[in-house]
Amino acid sequence: MPRLHRAKRELELLRRDPILLALLIFIALAIFIFVIYPLFEVLIKSLQTRDVEGLTLANYERFFTTRYLRLALRNSLMVGFTTATVGVFIGYIAAFTLTRTNAPGKPIWHVILILPVISPPFVSAISILMLFGFNGLFTRQLLGLQNFNIYGFKGVVLSQVFTFAPIGYLTLRGVLSSMNPVLEDAAMNVGATRWQTFRRVLLPLSLPGIASAFLVVLIESLADFGNPLVLAGSRFPMLAPQAYLEITGSFNLPLGATLAVILLIPSMTAFAIQRYYLQKRQYVTVTGKPSTSSSKIVTRSMQWVLMGILGVFALFIILFYGTILMGAFTLVWGYDYTLTLNHFIYTFSVGFEAVKDTLIVAILSTPISGLLAMMIAFLVVRRTFPGKGALEFSSILNFAVPGTVVGIGYILAFNKPPILLVGTLAILVLNFIFRYMPVGIQSGIAVLQQIDPSIEEAAQNLGADSVTTFRKVTLPLISPAFFSGLVFAFVRAMTAISAAIFLVSAKWNLMTVQILSEVGSGRLGVAAAYSVVLVVIVIIAIFVIGRLVPSGAATSIIQVQD
Amino acid sequence: MAADLQIVNLTKEFESFDQPGNKVVAVDDVSLDVEKGELVTLLGPSGCGKTTLLRMIAGFEDPTSGDIYLSGQRVNDQAPNQRNAAMVFQSYALFPHLNVLENVVFGLRLQRLPSSEVTARGERVLELVGLDGLGERSTSQLSGGQQQRVALARAIVMEPSILLFDEPLSNLDAKLREQMRIEIRQLQQRVGITSVYVTHDQAEAMSMSDRIVVMDHGRIMQVGAPLDIYARPRNRFVADFIGKVNFLTAQVSGPKQARLLDQQLIVDDLDERPLGQEVILTIRPEAVNLRTSGGHLPGQITRATFLGGLVEYEIQVDSLGEALVVHDANPVVRGLHQVGETVELELPAKALHALVEG
Repeated sequence: MPRLHRAKRELELLRRDPILLALLIFIALAIFIFVIYPLFEVLIKSLQTRDVEGLTLANYERFFTTRYLRLALRNSLMVGFTTATVGVFIGYIAAFTLTRTNAPGKPIWHVILILPVISPPFVSAISILMLFGFNGLFTRQLLGLQNFNIYGFKGVVLSQVFTFAPIGYLTLRGVLSSMNPVLEDAAMNVGATRWQTFRRVLLPLSLPGIASAFLVVLIESLADFGNPLVLAGSRFPMLAPQAYLEITGSFNLPLGATLAVILLIPSMTAFAIQRYYLQKRQYVTVTGKPSTSSSKIVTRSMQWVLMGILGVFALFIILFYGTILMGAFTLVWGYDYTLTLNHFIYTFSVGFEAVKDTLIVAILSTPISGLLAMMIAFLVVRRTFPGKGALEFSSILNFAVPGTVVGIGYILAFNKPPILLVGTLAILVLNFIFRYMPVGIQSGIAVLQQIDPSIEEAAQNLGADSVTTFRKVTLPLISPAFFSGLVFAFVRAMTAISAAIFLVSAKWNLMTVQILSEVGSGRLGVAAAYSVVLVVIVIIAIFVIGRLVPSGAATSIIQVQD
Repeated sequence: MAADLQIVNLTKEFESFDQPGNKVVAVDDVSLDVEKGELVTLLGPSGCGKTTLLRMIAGFEDPTSGDIYLSGQRVNDQAPNQRNAAMVFQSYALFPHLNVLENVVFGLRLQRLPSSEVTARGERVLELVGLDGLGERSTSQLSGGQQQRVALARAIVMEPSILLFDEPLSNLDAKLREQMRIEIRQLQQRVGITSVYVTHDQAEAMSMSDRIVVMDHGRIMQVGAPLDIYARPRNRFVADFIGKVNFLTAQVSGPKQARLLDQQLIVDDLDERPLGQEVILTIRPEAVNLRTSGGHLPGQITRATFLGGLVEYEIQVDSLGEALVVHDANPVVRGLHQVGETVELELPAKALHALVEG
């Protein structure tokens, strides 16, 4: 009863600020239609079959009785846990080396390590194919192996580790750099050895962060679509590509939806643990003062060992990207290594449609996604209204929902009146807006929570309404978060595949989808050329966005605090 | 004419933070009138509700019940940006992305006034607070005192019907704080702007206010002019909060007379009370006279603390439970008493005060 009373009171307060109220209704409605409703449609579809009326569990029954489908779940989980374990291990070594040692060339290490984050998630898969496939440079040309098979578990895990370890690195870097090195000085001051200091102080303090990074990588791995599609092979089914194949290959939409729901369960569990259990247990030692202590926790020789491990990993990344670059200029990889510009000529002539469409979609969705994210962050942190928790949860829900599920949801929800969008530009733009908002929202919330609310109260006190306060005060203050939200939205709009592959049409195609189809038809050179173009566009875009958003936040994504 | 600010039976309840479902009453049935041009201070310990009361006037908190009138108009339903009440924040809340002048004219800009007028008014106010020529500076380049002045300028440039101060000096060092007290008070009197000023510093309250409102646990304990509150506190809380004080438990023994131990004391402001009734008397440390003989009470010095302009003594009077605190001025000329010395205490009739509430 008191809850209801409070909700009523909050509503009365909102009436005073009609623009805010209208904005809230608009955002709530948009989130309901473009986040919640498609998921609901997937759930309903999974309870239907093509030949029986009404709702049934027949699809789930089929899942549990079909060995091949059960195998897909097992494989996805196996790959997910392996990738997460290895990825977090490498990510921790990288984060530790770059925040706790005096390793030379930190900014360069950092840029190499995050290169996979700004490329399509299956670039390493294509490289692996070019290096270790049936006609791979290493396996066939150099070693002369006839029957080496990279497909299956090892191929997918190898590719995913290189794709997702950088995400583990970025998460853990945040955790480690927010821990004051004075704690380590204190431990050593009372007689702890370096190893004891690491084992008894640093490691326990970073444990919640490690678990959190593990779950984030696990979520990414489960949702990954490109790497499995290229490298899993038919004898190693995995959930995300299998759902796609059920729909596009066997035209069995209900079974595809069922696989999507089953994929959703581990993802959502990991998300819930990460968000509601781990996040509250992270130790952040914020002192307000920049800590000047230089860490002495690592000996010189140990530093070289760590850099050696990191070096091997970085070398592989360079090797993969070098391969892509070479492949883009090579006539027929595996047979004829003559240099050529043909693939680029193709990309910029016949194949340019996809580049153009991708740019249009990205340029349309990025600013809307970024702005919406900042508005939601503002509302969640600074205003009270009924249903705030629900709004926050559903606005960041898509962080954990695999793209495959979202893609299926969108074709189910928007292929019929009142909202008929399938085949249009709008469905791609809307999908990207709502899918890539969560990162902007979360960084917006984080930044906003550190800004004294009285600054915004001062604006109100001087006569600014909610919208003016947001535009003139809040947005300029949270521009670093706005910047990272924009960059993330743009990078993802350029590189996403899992949901987009369901939503492209003859009229509106995307580069990533085009790359996969080139790989499918064996034209690796063209795929490589597209990938190169894509990475270049993304790098240019990051600098352009940095210019457009004031505050000098441009470097924040590649920034190393030394 | 109605008061500039009227607060009528204002109450604010919050939900308890650690026990949801329980109510915490932050402001409890408060009524107050503030006249035109007056500076009224809300004084009390942290958690007494003074800031909540101020934030309700500004519109940042919503009252649970009661009414607020600004210039005779009820403003309960007005959003903060619609109220003509300008606030000076404790943290200054300067906009970090704007320079000094842009900060000051932020509110004027929103009113879509001609830009020449906006700049002229902004510069005039900067001059008023002594910051002329610094308009182009970034706020982060200013000292704490200058930032404080920008915050003040930003509020008065709006020519509000009331100016609200939320502990504006608490972030400054002691010396600057005393200087700013004087400056703010002079500026407030020159501009003639009605002001409500929140502080927990009793010296600040006494030096600046026309009237002080002492609050505790959400309630008003006493309202009055600074001297009135200092000399004639209503109850123990007010007496104790406004500076150091000695409490003496005595019995009414006649008109304006009370008996303390075997001494008859004259108490000028003792109202008519039944004979023999217990009465709590207060006396400030500096009002007690130290003598070598002929005082009301004999005592022994148990502690002497030299403070420069005065010496604080703790004096134990036999058969009186607590020790008395006595301030003796001008020690350079009058000399120091030593611990262990016996002295006589004189309690002047004018300085003794009988509390109305126990």
